[in-house]
This record gives sequence, structure tokens and C-alpha cells, in this order.
Amino acid sequence: MSKSFSPTVAGSALPDAPAPATPRQIRYNGGDPNPSLAELRSRFGEAILRSEVVWGETTVYVERSRLHDIVQWLHDDPGQRYDYLSDVTGVEYRDRQIPLQVVWHLRSLPYRRFIRLKVEIARGEPLEVSSVFDIYRGADWLERECYDMFGIVFAGHPDLRRILMWERYAEGYPLRKDFPLRGRFSRSEQLRQALAANPEARYSMEELTIAQAFEDLPEAMRRRLTAGEETGE
Amino acid sequence: MGLTASPERSVATYDPGSQESWVATRLDFLVNWSRANSLWPMPFGTACCAIEFMATAATRFDLARFGMERMSFSPRQADVLICAGRVPFKLAPVIRRIWQQMPQPKWCISMGACASSGGMFDNYAVVQGIDTIIPVDVYVPGCPPRPEGLMYGIMMLQEKVKRERLADNVIRHEMAPDPTSQLYIPPQAIDELSEPFGNSVHQTRSGL
Repeated sequence: MSKSFSPTVAGSALPDAPAPATPRQIRYNGGDPNPSLAELRSRFGEAILRSEVVWGETTVYVERSRLHDIVQWLHDDPGQRYDYLSDVTGVEYRDRQIPLQVVWHLRSLPYRRFIRLKVEIARGEPLEVSSVFDIYRGADWLERECYDMFGIVFAGHPDLRRILMWERYAEGYPLRKDFPLRGRFSRSEQLRQALAANPEARYSMEELTIAQAFEDLPEAMRRRLTAGEETGE
Repeated sequence: MGLTASPERSVATYDPGSQESWVATRLDFLVNWSRANSLWPMPFGTACCAIEFMATAATRFDLARFGMERMSFSPRQADVLICAGRVPFKLAPVIRRIWQQMPQPKWCISMGACASSGGMFDNYAVVQGIDTIIPVDVYVPGCPPRPEGLMYGIMMLQEKVKRERLADNVIRHEMAPDPTSQLYIPPQAIDELSEPFGNSVHQTRSGL
């Protein structure tokens, strides 16, 4: 955590490349794939299931069990240097034949590359993929949001709990197709449960151990805590 | 609709049969006049209505003309809670807490369609009208309402303030929520009020 910060300059690994310009006349389907794709294929072989290029962006479907290795390699390899995880999300289609997808958007600032990794989870299989939190710290909230909205479990995430809905939300996962738009409970029950929440619950014990942070707390809060007042939910 | 109140409504009327003395009505007039013209708003802005609210407070429309010079960002010094924008369920206990922290006398303006009824957000995350959480005095329709609309609502609230009487203190009684459910109105009334209508009937069930 205490590594000194050195900024990454975009395009720094391509000193001879021409200045980037807004691309014109991109085809909807097809086109030149991201150069990382060929290296991924040669390195991981069977684990790269298929790929497509849509609007000039490369999507790679990978095997679920190898996902973590692939992301780790894309991050660490000096010829790739995907140093920015811009999004982790999920996609569920209304057509039940199409499996649920988990999507990672990776960006390589030094090489000016963008790649989209997808893992397909067939219906009936457990919704579990490995977390990339140990590679990108920024995956923390992205994976929590994905878990909150889709119920996808990210194995290895240190603190996987709801982030948008409150922690005791019991109605399910709102962005799943079998979730009714208005929720599962009646309006009065939803209100009753929402009002029962403690509006001052800002920390959970997983997020911040109060004992660890005790010295940093304001004097008034320390006094209240010493007197035995409970914090959080 | 003029932006100034009609003069006959700004004065306390004296009705000899009302059992109110001349002194009390004059005192009422003084108290109500000062209260109505020094309402300090507690802005609870969560969405685009808050932008219109800011426009109302800015120079062109100038809320200061109504004695709302100072936004009270502490509920303990506020008179009127202006809820501008949609309130998600996660914020429901927060706005309830703010309302309970405000001292009497206090009023509430529900600004815009979302605060008043949930608006177009008839979904799992949004409260279907803040009157299910806190008592509301004035509803301002619009999506979002123009500053003129909000000012009209504020003037309606001023009229309401000016009509209070010392002799009739029922308006001072603070509603207490039901201790078990913490709701102000019965659960079946909430369910009935937030029944979907129109197109949203078809959105209550998933297609799967």
C-alpha cells in the first residue's frame, strides 16, 4: 500500500506511434482485433473460447476457471500492461437460452488498448467467478455492485456485501430478469423495512474495525463508544 | 396567477362569533405575519428538482423576497422542509430523521412529481410519495416544477401559516407514527395509494 505513486503516461509504451486521433468509419462487426488477442490465444489456447470485434472493440470469451490467470497475465505482462480496470458488470438476457455473462473492461494506458473479457455462466450453474481484487484494488466496489445487482459471487473478495441497496435488503437481486420491477414485497412492507434501518449506520465492522480506528475518532465519538454505545448496523 | 397574494387574504379577519378576542386575533396576525415571512427552508435536494430550487433561490427569482434568505442546512434551525427530488428507500430513514429533528412549528413542501408520488419511478427503489414517510403541507406538481411553480407553492404555504389561530391549536399537534411499523398512515392505505395505474400495470410482473 505504501508504494510510491508514479503516474502512467498514456501511450508511453508506444513512443513512435502517431498521435491518437478519433477513429472514423468503424465497422459494426469485424475489423482489426486488439493485438492482445493473438497473444492471449497463443498463451492460453483452450481457455480462450471465442472472440468478436464490435464497433472496433474486442470482446474475448474466456473460460471461467482461467479468468483470474488471464487477468493477472494481462496486468503483469510487460507487453500488455492492462493497468486500469474500468468496469465489472453482468449481463442477463431475456432469452433464457443465452447464458448470463460477467464482463470485465480492461484498459491498457501505456499501449492505448481496450479489451473486454466475458465469462458465460450457463443457467443452473452456480453464479460464482473469481475476484480480481488482488490484482486491481478498484475491483472492490465494482464487484460489490455486481453482487448487489446480480447476485454473482466473487470468490476471494474480502468484503462482499451489498453496496447500493441496504445490507439487510431481502428482496433479491434487482437487475435479474426474474425480479419484478416494483420489488417482491408490498409498498408498505418495503417502507417499514426501510424505515427500520439506522440512518447513522455508516460503517460496517468489516469495512473498518472501530477498535483499529479508535485513536483517529473524534473525542465525542470516543466518549460515546467507551460508554458502550453500539455503532453500525 | 399573480405572484403577490391578494390583499384580503393577508390580513386576519375578525369574526365576532368566533369567540376569539380582538387581542388574540391581532397577536395571531403578528405571529403569523412574522412566521410566514421568515420561513427558513431546509433544502433536501436529491435530483433535478434541486436544480430548479437553486434557480428559485438565485437572483432572477430570488427566494429572499419571501424571507427565505438563508438556507438552513441544519434541520434544527429550519422551518420548512423542501423535498426536491426522488427519495429512494435507502434515504427514507434519513428524511424521517431530519423531519423529526426540526423544531415546531414546521412545514413540508413536496416539490415535483417524484417527491409527491414517486413520479415515473414506480420501481423497487423509490418511495412512492414522501407523504408515506412524513406529513406534507404543500405539493408542487411538475417534472421539475418551474421556479414560478415553487414560489406559488411557497405562497400557498404562507397563506396556510397566516390562517393559523392561537385559539385553535390542532395544527400544532405533531403526528406520531405508529410505534410498531413507524408509518404515519395505515399499511393498507399505502398499498392502495401506490397501486400502479396505466402502463405500469404491465410492469409489475416479469416476462419470465
